[in-house]
Amino acid sequence: MRDSRMRDRRHAGFLALAAAVLLAASGGALRAQEHAGQYEQADIEFGARLYADNCSACHGTEGDAIAGVSLRSGTFSNASSDAELQAVIANGLPDTAMPPGEYTEAELSGLVAFIRTMGDVDPATLTVGDAGRGEAVFLGKGDCLSCHRVAGRGSRSAPDLTDIGAVRSAGALERSLLDPTGSMLPVNRPVRAVTRDGRELSGRRLNEDTFTVQLIDQNERLVSLEKADLQEYTVLTTSPMPSYEDELSEQELSDLLAYLLSLQGVD
Amino acid sequence: MARSVALTCVLSLLLTAGLGAQVTADRLRNAESEPHNWLTYSGSYASTRHSLLDQITPSNVDDLELKWVFQARSLENFTATPLVVDGIMYVTQAPNDVVALDAATGRVFWVYEYTPSPESRPCCGRVNRGVGILGDTLFMATIDAQLIALDAVTGRPIWKTAVGEPSQGYAMTVAPLVIDDKVVVGVAGGEYGIRGYIAAYDAATGDEVWRFYTIPGPGEPGNDTWAGDSWRYGGASVWLTGSYDPELNLTYWGIGNPGPDWNPAQRRGDNLYSDSVVALDADTGELRWYFQFTPNDPYDYDAVQIPVLADIETADGQVVKVMLWANRNGFFYALDRTTGRFINGRPFVTVNWAEGLDDSGRPIQTPQAPGEVTYPGVQGGTNWYSPSYNPGTGLFYLSAWENYGAIFEPSSEPEEYRPGQLFLGGRPMPAIPGAAAPPALTRGHVNRWTEAVGNGAVIALDPRTGEQRWKFEMTDMTTSGILTTASDVLFTGGREGYFYAFDASDGELLWRTTLGGVVHNGPMSYQVDDAQYVAAAAGNVLFVFGLRD
Ligand code: HEC
Ligand code: HEC
Repeated sequence: MRDSRMRDRRHAGFLALAAAVLLAASGGALRAQEHAGQYEQADIEFGARLYADNCSACHGTEGDAIAGVSLRSGTFSNASSDAELQAVIANGLPDTAMPPGEYTEAELSGLVAFIRTMGDVDPATLTVGDAGRGEAVFLGKGDCLSCHRVAGRGSRSAPDLTDIGAVRSAGALERSLLDPTGSMLPVNRPVRAVTRDGRELSGRRLNEDTFTVQLIDQNERLVSLEKADLQEYTVLTTSPMPSYEDELSEQELSDLLAYLLSLQGVD
Repeated sequence: MARSVALTCVLSLLLTAGLGAQVTADRLRNAESEPHNWLTYSGSYASTRHSLLDQITPSNVDDLELKWVFQARSLENFTATPLVVDGIMYVTQAPNDVVALDAATGRVFWVYEYTPSPESRPCCGRVNRGVGILGDTLFMATIDAQLIALDAVTGRPIWKTAVGEPSQGYAMTVAPLVIDDKVVVGVAGGEYGIRGYIAAYDAATGDEVWRFYTIPGPGEPGNDTWAGDSWRYGGASVWLTGSYDPELNLTYWGIGNPGPDWNPAQRRGDNLYSDSVVALDADTGELRWYFQFTPNDPYDYDAVQIPVLADIETADGQVVKVMLWANRNGFFYALDRTTGRFINGRPFVTVNWAEGLDDSGRPIQTPQAPGEVTYPGVQGGTNWYSPSYNPGTGLFYLSAWENYGAIFEPSSEPEEYRPGQLFLGGRPMPAIPGAAAPPALTRGHVNRWTEAVGNGAVIALDPRTGEQRWKFEMTDMTTSGILTTASDVLFTGGREGYFYAFDASDGELLWRTTLGGVVHNGPMSYQVDDAQYVAAAAGNVLFVFGLRD
């Protein structure tokens, strides 16, 4: 399933990537992709944009402008694992010109994904989404505000996305758009409850303990329930969010992703 | 001059009224004979956290009401267990203030304030687990690795001894254990490449009497269980109070993880005495026996749990001196505490890092492939949360993390040791996407931690077999200790902020109240003027309950 999706997208020209990278990106299970060795297209693309803005002035577009440092080579004198690479990028290298930078987790994942695949990818061939056009898709065709909320606008029934670009990697966001159920995080699982007197509630769980559960119900109200008063309490594993894989074009998805990544919270 | 003499007279009058006789070494040895007091971290040298008080029973526990509250001026977790000596409570306010209060009313007599060195760098919170007492002197181990003696009457310092060097990562969170005329403590710092030790200090002077390195030096047996120079920075810290068997004159201590935590390839060998229990001669600190739970540990499975000492009758009617141990590695163990011989052991939660234990108790390790989930995860099947043994029911009770795993990622290259810097050798990742990742081990925002990550539980085991007798499952995890009483009431808490009373014999939930904060300490019980009290801390507040008048 995932493999064929990836291939379709290559045909559609969403990202023109070297076959080697595609195979690496499509080969792993969801969980494995969260760990070293597997990089998702969306992360590479996001990283490419960040690299162009923050790193290429010193390291060059090819990653080899500094003598003795070749970011595209895949071997580093100051890091071997992805975690170490992230640490170098975040903290800089003391007593050298390599500066520290304030990057979110998502940005660090993107930068590492890009650097790790630089040797295989020609950065010039990466198509990058446009956040402005993405916002239009978000408000219009995607109708995302009918469920989600951003900075005080929209519905409260689905997770608030005001800072989603700061807390999720590009790859994770892309998976949410294409396969909402498959990528649903346990904390986002919708719940359904039926009280003893037959009242049905569905909603988003805010908190739960051994005896009680707190949620936002279908009417956007805060409700606190005693489990002992319920005849049914189910945590659902299918997402009410539709997949946008066939709804939106590759360019629209790419733009939407750029917009989601720009959502960094309110200052 | 005259005035100060008069004042002294008044003071000493008050003292005789307020304080009982001095806490002698004999009283500590026989703590069970004065159940109205709580004289050591775990209530007695056997560390059963079992109170012989029985006024609060399964049938009246419903009548518990809040008697008083002490709000610590501290934002750190309240992990201390108070001591109570003849109506006076002594408790620490994290990191290192000591407070003396009226145990019946909560009114404060004095506060000793200590500001630890800014050089101190504990890995996991500037917490403190409480004080020890001998005579009328209190002892506190500090986060900057000092041992301080205080006058229990005035709260004024008597001596201060440097136990370790804080800038090198040495710290102390442990409640000291007083044995005879010595104060025994151990050092934390297993994430900083320390070389751990347990040391005893003269209670009168603060002079060091003996020191036992938890990693043997060159020429000592066990040094060859560390490849090359890795023993120098191997961690093996000590951060939880040990136990003592006066008849055997052995003191037992649980030892922490080897360092760097997650890269066993950098320290090949069994790495003694990391993740072990050691039995030391209390007079000399000499090693009598050891038992290692997790050789060459790649998971940070500290054996930093409370050694629970019990005398248990076996099937053939023999009474055996045992040590009961629910380990962070997910296995429960019963050991012969005279010799260290393994008696029995079995997992109490899902375990996949080992398929079982061999006849000697050594795990048969089954490391998971890279990227796969290891059970239990980095916080373990249990941890420093005090268990309890109730001789009445014959059951052993522990706080467990069930169905909880982690993905371990060792570094590909050896990590260079830098004094005072973290020395980790990799990282553990949450097994569930979106779950709180180390080092943010606590739940943080509500609903960051769901049933998918695992669940907390109180588990009652039959120590003869390790079989489960009853279990109470919680939605969130628990970091609370457990107290049992002679009337078979079991008190505990959890991360959800509930404080519970169960029937210790069958696990029936008898009573609960919400304290609105994580219960991090072990509940304890004491009596003043015929009234039994139960104390538990949640968040940074100590709550004391008693029966309605
Ligand atoms: C101001 C110039 C400058 C900027 C901007 C900069 N770097 Fe560097 N970087 C350097 C220099 C110079 C070094 C080599 C330091 C040394 O070892 O002497 C370096 C080293 C590195 C290394 C370590 C290479 C190795 O072999 O260990 C990495 C990785 C790296 N940079 C990544 C980045 C990334 C990613 C960015 C953008 C987010 C970035 N750098 C931005 C100057 C810069
Ligand atoms: C019918 C309601 C609905 C619509 C329409 C909808 N979503 Fe969702 N979305 C949800 C729900 C419910 C969740 C939480 C469960 C899940 O993760 O699938 C969710 C989850 C997400 C997540 C993951 C959040 C996280 O915490 O990782 C993202 C990102 C997201 N949606 C983006 C969008 C975008 C962009 C659109 C519009 C193109 C959209 N959604 C339209 C209901 C909806």
